[in-house]
Amino acid sequence: MDLAALLVTPFARLTELGGLLLVIPLMLPVVGLLLAPLLRGRWLGGGLLGRFTLLLLLLGLVAALAVATAVLTGDEALKYYLGGWLPPLGVALKADGLSAIMLLLSAVVILAVGVYAQREFQVPPDASETRASLVFWMLLMGVWAGLNAAFLGQDLFTLFVALELLTFSAVPLVALDGRAETLAAALRYLLFALLGSVLYLLGAVLFYGTYATLDITLLAERISGEPALPPAVIAAAALMTVGLLAKTALFPLHLWLPPAHAGAPPPASAILSALVVKASFFLILRLWFDVMPGALTPMTAQILGGLGAGAILFGNLVALRQARLKLLIAYSTVAQIGYLFLIFPLAARAESAALTGGMLQVVAHALAKAAMFMAAGLIAKALGHDRVRDLGGCVRVLPLTLLAFGLAGLSLIGLQPSGGYLTKTLLTAAADGTGQGWLGLVIQVGGLLTAAYLFWVFGHVLFGVPSTPAMPIKPPGRAQELVVLALALGALLLGLVPPALFDLVEVGRAGLEASAAVATAMAGAFGWSKLWGDVWPLLVVGLLVLGMLPWPDRPAGGSPRPATTSLSVTGHWAADLGTLLEPADRGLRQWPVAGLSLLILLLALAAAISTGA
Amino acid sequence: MNDPTLFGLCGAALVGLGLYGLLCQPGALRKILAFNLIGSGVFLLFGVIALRGGGVLAAAGRGIDGDPVPQALIITGLVVAFAATSIAVALLLRLAETSGRTTLENEAPPAPSLPGERASRPDGES
Amino acid sequence: MTNALIVDAALALLVLGLALWVIATRAAYRAVVGFVAYGLLMAIIWVRLAAVDVAMTEAALGTGLTGLLLLGAAARLAPYETAEFDRRPGRGLRVLIGLLCAAVTLGLAAVVLLLPAPAPSLASLVADNLPPTGVGNPVTGVLLAHRAIDTLLESVVLLPALIGVWSVAANPAWGGRPGSLPRPPASSALTLLAQVLPPFGILVGIHLVWNGADDPGGKFQGATVLAAMWILVLIAGLREAPALRERRLRVLLVVGALVFIGIGASGIWLAGAFLAYPEGYAKPLILAIEAVLTLSIAATLGLLLAGPPAGDRPIGTTS
Repeated sequence: MDLAALLVTPFARLTELGGLLLVIPLMLPVVGLLLAPLLRGRWLGGGLLGRFTLLLLLLGLVAALAVATAVLTGDEALKYYLGGWLPPLGVALKADGLSAIMLLLSAVVILAVGVYAQREFQVPPDASETRASLVFWMLLMGVWAGLNAAFLGQDLFTLFVALELLTFSAVPLVALDGRAETLAAALRYLLFALLGSVLYLLGAVLFYGTYATLDITLLAERISGEPALPPAVIAAAALMTVGLLAKTALFPLHLWLPPAHAGAPPPASAILSALVVKASFFLILRLWFDVMPGALTPMTAQILGGLGAGAILFGNLVALRQARLKLLIAYSTVAQIGYLFLIFPLAARAESAALTGGMLQVVAHALAKAAMFMAAGLIAKALGHDRVRDLGGCVRVLPLTLLAFGLAGLSLIGLQPSGGYLTKTLLTAAADGTGQGWLGLVIQVGGLLTAAYLFWVFGHVLFGVPSTPAMPIKPPGRAQELVVLALALGALLLGLVPPALFDLVEVGRAGLEASAAVATAMAGAFGWSKLWGDVWPLLVVGLLVLGMLPWPDRPAGGSPRPATTSLSVTGHWAADLGTLLEPADRGLRQWPVAGLSLLILLLALAAAISTGA
Repeated sequence: MNDPTLFGLCGAALVGLGLYGLLCQPGALRKILAFNLIGSGVFLLFGVIALRGGGVLAAAGRGIDGDPVPQALIITGLVVAFAATSIAVALLLRLAETSGRTTLENEAPPAPSLPGERASRPDGES
Repeated sequence: MTNALIVDAALALLVLGLALWVIATRAAYRAVVGFVAYGLLMAIIWVRLAAVDVAMTEAALGTGLTGLLLLGAAARLAPYETAEFDRRPGRGLRVLIGLLCAAVTLGLAAVVLLLPAPAPSLASLVADNLPPTGVGNPVTGVLLAHRAIDTLLESVVLLPALIGVWSVAANPAWGGRPGSLPRPPASSALTLLAQVLPPFGILVGIHLVWNGADDPGGKFQGATVLAAMWILVLIAGLREAPALRERRLRVLLVVGALVFIGIGASGIWLAGAFLAYPEGYAKPLILAIEAVLTLSIAATLGLLLAGPPAGDRPIGTTS
């Protein structure tokens, strides 16, 4: 029998299910979550629960592929009415191109995390279940269930429940190791996220009070028919946006992110940074591009874009100052979230490029950041610490892991042919084309700053002195290293995907030309002048950073490193800048100050939305 | 002014009060209480919207109960809020037990979980 | 009518006063007591808003179980409380935040006053589509038929929340009995209460679920009452809490949502859609789902209150 036919036929059947297909990604993780507490003991040489989750994740990947195939080939959004009840009474599921991309991305990243975590969270042979194994695997499925529900839901209240499912699953992952710092980080994350949820819910309530429906399509119809936005809708839009921003941790509401993402176990950090913050961002997109397209006033767009630009500059600069690798990566997430919000000021006149660039950023950052967090986890596990200054010599023990870290970093910097390159090219072109060149400048500077902290890390890795004479090396699992490398390669090679596939972005929305935009961006990406133009600033940054490294006198033999190190000239500049920025960051991350920022933002957004109403 | 509107204004005031408490009260337990106040203000607004929506039924002579959809959603919301409160309380009690802290100021950022440091946990984490 | 208005105005003022108390009072324990009183008044407001189902849920869950949870927490956190007050943000910041919160309230109040009239509503649409579900209580119809997915997801949400509560346990305690419930010294009054009340409570709970199909009430309210009875028995020390590793307990926690999904999935073949009920069988199926879901929700709510596992030592012994 032909093996290909054996696999292809059921898959084709699956794609022909139509809207019913959407029930599979919605319910698969839920069923897994419910069965998980009953699955104990060992199976196939590992914990039963971990192996079972892996199986489920493979099925989930197939389902996500089927959804993407059906959406792309059918060239229209899949829709399903649960219980057969039409909105506004019932609840609809919908997968347009954006949902399909998010489903697929989640399936890929969570599968990779699932493979990586087999080793970390397995059940020891003498136990049937451990705290960490049950909590991790169950909450991994909880996160997955919340994500898929958020990507498919078409009802604002169903989306609220999805967000809560996501939050309740994500928060305990942060405190999995049970130390006081991570407990505090988790509590902070929970309370700020709950504030976000309740503001979101208030917005949904006001939408219902105005139109008696929570269905996105119906709301869009009714809002587009309004001569002017009613006050309740203005308030609702502002409340929902701010609530979701708090959950996305957009600067200056990032108070909870660095300690939470840095304190979680590495596979959990990967999920949190790569996917969880993207779900609330995705709902912001839904709000502004699906619920109320046309209501995005220039003021509103400028506020969101301005915060995004602030996040890029601020996050990257603070990342430069971090002494620990995981915190550095977490601050890098703060910065990378900023790029997502550049969509808004660019979308008014360059929607194709902005939306395509934004979705590419979501995908590229998710792949790269998951790879980086897990690579950092392998490094920390092997060395017993993750202090950047003491990474010297680890390239000899973890060559593959560091290769993956570096490749993922290339995507964050935005070098050809990575997803990051495409993002930056598309967004910069859109910025220049719409007369907002300063946004293009921010993107370029952000790339250089990213390069700076990656050079900083690699400078220590390559040229640093091993901190201890004989490092207690625990070699990582081969599967772990390979899966990290695969994610990094995915981010790096995203630009080589056939442009036609990017048409997925535009399914379900009119007037977009995603593949054309991507093809234009990739054309000439590898010309010599273009390559040189992109690389020479990086080389300059590299030299500056290498000049910044505090070079100790190489100690003779295996004696411990000297306590004091001398800074170079650029090192002093950086230290001075840091003394300014670090208190600023600490101040902004004070709970009441972040709350003040949130209130100001709420009122400013309400004012901005009403200026165009 | 009819009576549901009065409760609607009450809901608006509860949201403001709760926000102030959530942002200005340093103790995490007080923040949890304040979160519950905001939540109940939001639910109250929704309840007012439900009662206003009952006018349709009254006009059709089908009784004066409110719109059942918001009522159903409020019930779901109350259950979710209880779940949120219970996680927050569990985290807080454990935090107080391990470190004596019950507030959320910036402290030294947590060091990432490391195998070497885990061994030093008081409860014998391995 | 004016009498009603006076009652409503008094209720609103009392609620606001209590909310102010909850925010402003120094001692957390007193704030929680204020919150419980606040919740009871809130339940009365829900009756005034013609939302009896919500009133029951508010009283049982929003006030009863939440109050119990918070009172326990406040008692245990009291020793740390003195340090908190000094950590308030500075006066300037407080004033600024207060002004902005007032602005938010004013904005919301304006929005409330400007809500469209006549109010849009789904009430008549629900009423028209209630007969196929076979139930008489429209809230139950919305929860279990029209918007069944919300109810399903919401009962699923409780599970990660419970795992989150368990996750803070110390490793050696994993799988043991929950340890957060207070165990007051044995008193004949409490024991008597715990012996006499539960049979009635269980009857009330079952009545709420059974009746909820046609009259106010339903699984959440019934489950909360059942959970409260269980907690009472545990606090009085008449029964030990079950060890959390017990398989029967685990099954109990998830069976409700699994049955819900199973019946929903059978709807794909029997009724043409996921979460649809075959014609004529809607009411018995809804009752079946409610019955199992009540058990699962009651167990989950009770365990959320009972806290993380504290090893196998009997509850109440101080660590």
